[in-house]
Amino acid sequence: MNEIYALLVVLAIAAAGLAGGQMSFGRIALAEVIPYAAAILFLAGFCWRIMRWAWAPVPFHIPVTCGQQKSFRWIRAAKIDNPSTQWGVLARMAAEILLFRSLFRNSRAQIGGGWLILSESGALWLSALAFHWALLLILLRHLRLFLEPVPAFVNALERLDSFFQLGAPPLYLSDVVVIAALGYLLIRRFRDPAVRFISLFTDYFGLFLLLAISVTGVLMRYFTRIDVLNVKELALGLAAMRPQAPQGLGPIFFAHLLLVCALASYLPFSKLMHMGGIFLSPTRNLANNSRSRRHINPWNHPVKTHTYPEWEKEFREKLQSAGIPVEIAEGAGDAGNARTN
Amino acid sequence: MRDRVWIFIGLAVFVAAFTAPFWHVHAKTSARQPDLVLPANQKECVAPASTMRDAHMQMLLNWREDVVRRGDRRYVAFDGKVYEKSLTHTCLGCHSKAAFCDRCHEYSGVSGPYCWNCHSDPQATVTRSRP
Repeated sequence: MNEIYALLVVLAIAAAGLAGGQMSFGRIALAEVIPYAAAILFLAGFCWRIMRWAWAPVPFHIPVTCGQQKSFRWIRAAKIDNPSTQWGVLARMAAEILLFRSLFRNSRAQIGGGWLILSESGALWLSALAFHWALLLILLRHLRLFLEPVPAFVNALERLDSFFQLGAPPLYLSDVVVIAALGYLLIRRFRDPAVRFISLFTDYFGLFLLLAISVTGVLMRYFTRIDVLNVKELALGLAAMRPQAPQGLGPIFFAHLLLVCALASYLPFSKLMHMGGIFLSPTRNLANNSRSRRHINPWNHPVKTHTYPEWEKEFREKLQSAGIPVEIAEGAGDAGNARTN
Repeated sequence: MRDRVWIFIGLAVFVAAFTAPFWHVHAKTSARQPDLVLPANQKECVAPASTMRDAHMQMLLNWREDVVRRGDRRYVAFDGKVYEKSLTHTCLGCHSKAAFCDRCHEYSGVSGPYCWNCHSDPQATVTRSRP
């Protein structure tokens, strides 16, 4: 049922956009008020979540490692998968964020002939990577609507994205990739009973929301057509704090806009916050140097201790007179201390 | 404790990048749509202005295929007038590339129409050939 609820909510948002786009009052709300509310919710929510994580105590280094730890000089260490320096951590985080290194290890468990068989399964990694990069490209391409003059790098991205010059307006490869990848991620949740069993409302909602945004965008660009000048006028007006809903924008544009606002305001309060959270994962962003450096819990209460050397020093004469052997050699002082510690 | 500094730097960079359009200097000055130089000698285009604004690129692509693949150069417009299917003669006969096409294309960041890989701008050619 989770998937049906999620789909219904997304369809309701799209329908609200379509209906609001038909009314002048709805157009003003959708184009001039809701985008600001969504931007404020997104920014404030995002900062709030990051602040909460920033204040969460991480007393110890707890990296989850996947390779040989730094050890003797003649044992080759996995410098990136098991980093012992900050540079290694940087490389590991870059591989995690840009290439989804840990998702690449995803495997499939099967029973074959009475044996448990673990095989490589790259489809999830590939579609997740394709989706995220395509989404980034789409976001950066939309800067052409918010910046005047359009920066050269945005124009370069646009040319790269329409590289094959198919049709007019030319087909963006990122549009194809994003819908194909989201489609796979959705079908994956339906197809595998185990994955379907653990899928929650929020898992489906994010996917349906992103799919609906992509589909409305594709409809506007290739099928129902839209006057980009009017869209840019609205976007620049929003950026200049003087929003003005121009005439001549079809209802599908308002559905697209409302879905984007829903995504922006939902993101900080959902699993989609992994966007910021991935930078703050203590199992990834800490160096595995617990053996070479001592990490002391910063809020340790000072405990009054009485170590063995201190105890032996206190009762030395009594021990010796009772014939009990003592650990610390006569006149060893600090050397004996260091050993027993 | 020490890491918090890095978290705040990262967060500040993200917020600055997200709100970049607000700080962008030109956003406040040129929110208006570009001024287009409309043809002086004609009142009607080959299709209503709203259609041309949305769908001129599809029309140009259809014209190209009709002319290059089928040799069909006759275009009957919505009001019954007959035009030649030609970018250089019909479109650029009235419109100026620099003062009409390019202004909107630069404004909306549509940088890559490949019309000019084959076609030349008649006005630019004329001015260049005059010494």
